[in-house]
Amino acid sequence: MSQSDTAVEQRSEVVPRDRVVIRFAGDSGDGMQLTGDRFTSETAAFGNDLSTLPNFPAEIRAPAGTLPGVSSFQLHFANYDIVTPGDRPDVLVAMNPAALKANVGDLPAGGVIIVNTDEFTKRNLTKVGYDANPLEDDSLAQFSVFPVAMATLTKGALAETGLSKKDAERAKNMFALGLLSWMYHRPHEGTERFLREKFARRPDLAEANILAFKAGHAYGETTEAFAVTYEVAPAKLDVGTYRQITGNTALSYGIVAAGRVSGLPVFLGSYPITPASDILHELSKHKAFGVTTFQAEDEISGVGSALGAAFGGALGVTTTSGPGLALKSETIGLAVALELPMLIVDVQRGGPSTGLPTKTEQADLLQAMFGRNGEAPVPIVAPRSPGDCFDAALEAVRIAVTYRTPVLLLSDGSLANGSEPWKVPDADSLPRIEPGFATERNSPDGAEFWPYLRDDDTLARPWAIPGTPGLEHRIGGLEKADGRGSISYEPANHDRMVRLRGAKIDGIEVADVEVEDPTGDADVLVVGWGSTYGPIIAGARRVRGMGHRIATAHLRHLNPLPANLGDVLGRYRTVLVPEMNLGQLSLLLRARYLVDVHSYTTVSGLPFKAEELQDVFLGYLTGVQT
Amino acid sequence: MTAIDLGLPLIGGLDDVPKTDDKQTAKDFTSDQEVRWCPGCGDYAVLAAVRSFLPTLGIKRENTVFVSGIGCSSRFPYYLDTYGMHSIHGRAPAIATGLAVTRPDLSVWVVTGDGDALSIGGNHLIHALRRNVNMTILLFNNRIYGLTKGQYSPTSEQGKITKSTPMGSLDHPFNPVSVALGAEASFVGRAIDSDRKGLTEVLNAAAAHRGTALVEIFQDCPIFNDGSFDLLRKPETKDQRLIPVRHGEPIRFGPAGDDGLGEYAVVQEGFGLTVAKADEIDQSQIVVHDQADQNLSWALSRLSDQDLNHTVTGIFRQVSRPTYDDLARAQVAEAKERTPQVDLQGLLNGRDTWTVAG
Repeated sequence: MSQSDTAVEQRSEVVPRDRVVIRFAGDSGDGMQLTGDRFTSETAAFGNDLSTLPNFPAEIRAPAGTLPGVSSFQLHFANYDIVTPGDRPDVLVAMNPAALKANVGDLPAGGVIIVNTDEFTKRNLTKVGYDANPLEDDSLAQFSVFPVAMATLTKGALAETGLSKKDAERAKNMFALGLLSWMYHRPHEGTERFLREKFARRPDLAEANILAFKAGHAYGETTEAFAVTYEVAPAKLDVGTYRQITGNTALSYGIVAAGRVSGLPVFLGSYPITPASDILHELSKHKAFGVTTFQAEDEISGVGSALGAAFGGALGVTTTSGPGLALKSETIGLAVALELPMLIVDVQRGGPSTGLPTKTEQADLLQAMFGRNGEAPVPIVAPRSPGDCFDAALEAVRIAVTYRTPVLLLSDGSLANGSEPWKVPDADSLPRIEPGFATERNSPDGAEFWPYLRDDDTLARPWAIPGTPGLEHRIGGLEKADGRGSISYEPANHDRMVRLRGAKIDGIEVADVEVEDPTGDADVLVVGWGSTYGPIIAGARRVRGMGHRIATAHLRHLNPLPANLGDVLGRYRTVLVPEMNLGQLSLLLRARYLVDVHSYTTVSGLPFKAEELQDVFLGYLTGVQT
Repeated sequence: MTAIDLGLPLIGGLDDVPKTDDKQTAKDFTSDQEVRWCPGCGDYAVLAAVRSFLPTLGIKRENTVFVSGIGCSSRFPYYLDTYGMHSIHGRAPAIATGLAVTRPDLSVWVVTGDGDALSIGGNHLIHALRRNVNMTILLFNNRIYGLTKGQYSPTSEQGKITKSTPMGSLDHPFNPVSVALGAEASFVGRAIDSDRKGLTEVLNAAAAHRGTALVEIFQDCPIFNDGSFDLLRKPETKDQRLIPVRHGEPIRFGPAGDDGLGEYAVVQEGFGLTVAKADEIDQSQIVVHDQADQNLSWALSRLSDQDLNHTVTGIFRQVSRPTYDDLARAQVAEAKERTPQVDLQGLLNGRDTWTVAG
């Protein structure tokens, strides 16, 4: 990507920075997610490493100007590889008093606040409990505040367009984007192209938004208020082709790719639920790849239809979030009994019950592990970053098809909506997945088809799909006789079948867990899973930077756990497990390995901050916490 | 063809299913599993009818799939040597939907009961019917819970004394045919287990129908609800109660009168229907059955309460409308046609990539 366009003559001083965290905050209707998304695309195109954290209310349009209606988008970008969306914003863009009030507490002293003064009316201030205008007293003295009448300036810039004042004012988010793009030397062709495509049917709106964007850019350039701009050089990432991607998109692509490498038609049965719905939306666009999407009447039908499709030889997939997973439990249990491949995606959110639909949490681990009646083991795979959702989906499908089992993929809200640069894999190099449908009768005398006669190595049963002559058979939720597969209530057979189903899952081949222990002699090991990867790595880097020794290990496979995990845990004096729940992985590790795991938990609906984990790690490293 | 012509190609329910010229018999469709229903259970009669009817369809046995839920009748698939799945309570229509959408070459059947379909699985049933997925649903209605040993069901008559309702049940019962018509089913039929000819006739039409066909089958539970349909079986009572209908024919029933047709007739009364003696009315008042007439189908289903006073059997409604699965496959086919060479790498790359060089 060319950077020449940003090398316009600069009146202001250019200050180099290694990394910057910006948070755009405004009313739900102010277009903050779009603004953040565009700034992210510009930043990705520029070649910085980045990580994002969208944060928005569950209500589509909470009452305007109120605290519950505040929507924000945080972006961390740097000239080196980063792993989290950042703890505290260096710059807060606040479009109204509510956005200021809700976010100013996260700003460090000396932070920059760019504020849309037009919304700071007495009424709006009162609405969020400001007795006085914070822009006019000294309550923001510790920050650098830049008051900008964004709505007025935008309306002024669009005066000639013939747009109504209301429509013109709606473009103020593009004014803010233009201003920030100027301040951080972002390339802007992408945004112009994006706006022209987004408003293809309303060229007048496209041009108005571009005009607002340019007005913001010009405002920065010409106003003496802004004496400084910042430059964050491109990051040195691995050689390759990159794009920006969110977790839900990467997960959807992983499912499309799994269909290609297995040769199986993909069938998604799904009921809309936040924050998983975007996977349904994305997959519904890819029918040309042989993907069928079915918006079911409920969660149970979503998983049921996927299971029916799997019986017929499709790659059956269902997507949901925690409450939906609870509803699917019985059908997943049936899939365990039927021993059919199926992928169940749970994009975890805050619970219990409806909980925090748009916030993140990882409190469904034990539900995934044990949330079914009877002994019903299900493999569990967890991605650790937005881009990793692609690989995790492929891995989950590999296990499902190879071992004829439902597999649970545990993503979460922060992975789903967060984004990062993703090194695009070579599609031709993705490993094949062999469905290996049964075509022949398999009984010892070759005269019959026995649906529960297992493969010696994998313990998988044959997948014989309707339409195959001679292999007609009946499966179902009633216990089946080992081998023959007819109904069996025989005590010894049930005991054997329960153990066989368990042994099959326990025997799944998964990669060993890798330990990062740069000095090789750390005493403290931090073990994580899922989206906590970023903050754990960031926290560990910080304490290493202070001269401490600390090891980290991150689990992709929660069931079965990697074969070397017991040895790894045994090598360290202290094992610490940070989780966004009340210690679910800790419970599993303690039970399984009899290791005195220390649990650190926060269940706030937001990801860990690197600083928070740094302090926790320091506590253990300095002996304050033992 | 009796269905309404909506300008669509009229294709049958089995048109995409591979045919066979091999002679097939009921024995071929009989699995090696011992049938374990109670002696006298109506399910035996239905199983016998289905076993002898399936070979007449001329489709390959391996392309036939029965999916069931939970309940006595849901053991059905185990007794047929086809592909089968005995699933979980109430969910068979959902499971069958996924199968039917992805596999147009299969003849998909759902076996369910009054509790399975109308209580725990009510949601899936109505949505399958409104979507019109190409499958046939056999709803065995014995108006009682058998497998859980004798509680009232959503089709039990109000006031029913059962284990769970010692002072009588309080719920108003569902009329399965009315429910199906309300869900805009494209095919709704009803038959009695012991009437092999009538049952086979409805099953044949249901199998040939493209879309969701719901067939309610009255059958007895001799253990917990014995004789529940006796009024429709015993000659002395059935004559005035049982009303078989056939498309295009005037609705006459009961013992043959002077004109060789039934002694009784169904006639219009206000917005509904009623029953009259055929020789006491003007012949022009007698309703001629039209299975495409929504209002008539509805009125026939409401001819009496669930007291079996007047009970219609046969095909209430059959119309042709696009099936969900055909439409879903057509969208996939259209997308493939527009993009004959899909490019996974292109999808992964998206529109904005950048390259980091060594």
